[in-house]
Amino acid sequence: MNSKLIWTAFWTIVVKEIRRFTRIWVQTLLPPAITMTLYFIIFGNLIGARIGEMGGFDYMQYIAPGLIMMSVITNSYGNVVSSFFGTKFQRHIEELLVAPVPNWVILAGYVTGGAARGLGVGIIVTALSLFFTQLHISHLWITLSTVILTAIVFSLGGFINAVYANSFDDIAIIPTFVLTPLTYLGGVFYSISLLPAFWQGVSQLNPILYMVNSFRYGILGVSDINIVFAFAMIAMFILLLGAYAMHLLNTGKGIRN
Amino acid sequence: MTPALTIEGLRKTYKNGFEALKGISFDVQEGDFFALLGPNGAGKSTTLGIVSSLVNKTSGEVKVFGYDLDTDKAMAKLQLGVVPQEFNFNAFEKVQDIIVTQAGYYGIGRKVALERSETYLKKLGLWEKRNVAARQLSGGMKRRLMIARALVHQPKLLILDEPTAGVDIELRRSMWQFLKEINAQGTTIILTTHYLEEAESLCRNIAIIDKGLIVENTSIKSLLQRLNTETFIFDLAKELPSAPELSGYSVRLTDPRTLEIDVEKKQGLNAVFNELSQQGIDVLSMRNKSNRLEELFVSLVETSLNKEANQ
Repeated sequence: MNSKLIWTAFWTIVVKEIRRFTRIWVQTLLPPAITMTLYFIIFGNLIGARIGEMGGFDYMQYIAPGLIMMSVITNSYGNVVSSFFGTKFQRHIEELLVAPVPNWVILAGYVTGGAARGLGVGIIVTALSLFFTQLHISHLWITLSTVILTAIVFSLGGFINAVYANSFDDIAIIPTFVLTPLTYLGGVFYSISLLPAFWQGVSQLNPILYMVNSFRYGILGVSDINIVFAFAMIAMFILLLGAYAMHLLNTGKGIRN
Repeated sequence: MTPALTIEGLRKTYKNGFEALKGISFDVQEGDFFALLGPNGAGKSTTLGIVSSLVNKTSGEVKVFGYDLDTDKAMAKLQLGVVPQEFNFNAFEKVQDIIVTQAGYYGIGRKVALERSETYLKKLGLWEKRNVAARQLSGGMKRRLMIARALVHQPKLLILDEPTAGVDIELRRSMWQFLKEINAQGTTIILTTHYLEEAESLCRNIAIIDKGLIVENTSIKSLLQRLNTETFIFDLAKELPSAPELSGYSVRLTDPRTLEIDVEKKQGLNAVFNELSQQGIDVLSMRNKSNRLEELFVSLVETSLNKEANQ
């Protein structure tokens, strides 16, 4: 396929994905807006007022970047895992398999669609957070690159989950039992400097810690970890997950007999 | 001339050890209307699945208009349109969106895709339903939607896996007419079907597959010439008490007004009518007991079964 054909195929997948999550916005865009508003009210306003400062900022300001990142992570992952599994389940993945679309274009299209939802929800949550606190971006490019790369990492994760999933239960297990605990323990609500040394070490095994802290550094200028190391970790996850997703597509795992 | 489809030594063994294809080979010539027939589980859908890139082959070679599916996959796929047996579109999407999206996968821009979708939706009688979610269509409409979707990139080879399954007679005949038209315009068509009347009416050449092997690959005309005996049913004007004696023919009275007569090709029908007339038996109408191709198909598959039993 020449580059025009590849671009058209890629853009077709992206548009289809964006049309899907905007068509069912009550299921995809509204719930994170409500959930995050509740987080801001309960943890930020009601409880946060009693916690006081964290990392030199009031608690609401401190958790806002983490909550934005949490919504980006869950929605990027959730979009691809449900969309690609639905595509498998209804068998319209066959529309793509019979067409001359290279596997990397299929992956790029779904990941871009997932990142689009993650970033869209991130913008909604950022706008909501401004009703509760003030956010001044300290490092624009770090903020943008972290959020985009994180959306890509979790879109890739969602894709791999969808390839292995055989039932709707299978697409709920990872988000419930892996993603949510890692997100909560990834420094969204607290600085790991509050933890004993042993648990600080354990926390550093959590990849989400690097993404949340890198994003927080971009907005507030404070971080528990080294930013260069954080970017290296995110890049490594993209390469590993991307390579594995391509391997699954090339071997036809879960989509070809 | 390069064949539209070349299959050479194609084998498929599934993970559970089931050997669906045991090294089949056949060609389909450009412009042909070709039937791939076989009983359930014979390997038809596996063959078409491999050609459509939906099933991974174990070994062998597949070429579409000379483009190797292994080494020149994109070009091979561009030549090919596929109408699968099962509905495989997004049931929540609108009819026209399904077609336009599929066109996009073939690199066709939105403007052209919209024009082509209008053309094919109108040809297949679905234009009025273009803004309806696909799940709201009837079974026959869903089949036509899949045909329109397969044609949107104007493939040179169209594969139809049981396209008229579950479709009423009127619609089936209108689909046959449509398929004949696009074949006449140059599209090569490969069809699998369980309606042998359909294969006899539409197709020029045929391959019969059974238990993963090609048991016959010839023209329908030459296949039908092999039929030695046909059974005809005669509807009679008056009731008969018993089956009449017709010299050289096997005759059965299935009910007082219906005769069943086996006629060998060399005997012809004139002698039957003469003898019936001489015995004062008036015939109102006559028909084949079963489709001719069906009789041959059954005998070929039975032969294949017997061979296997004797081995």
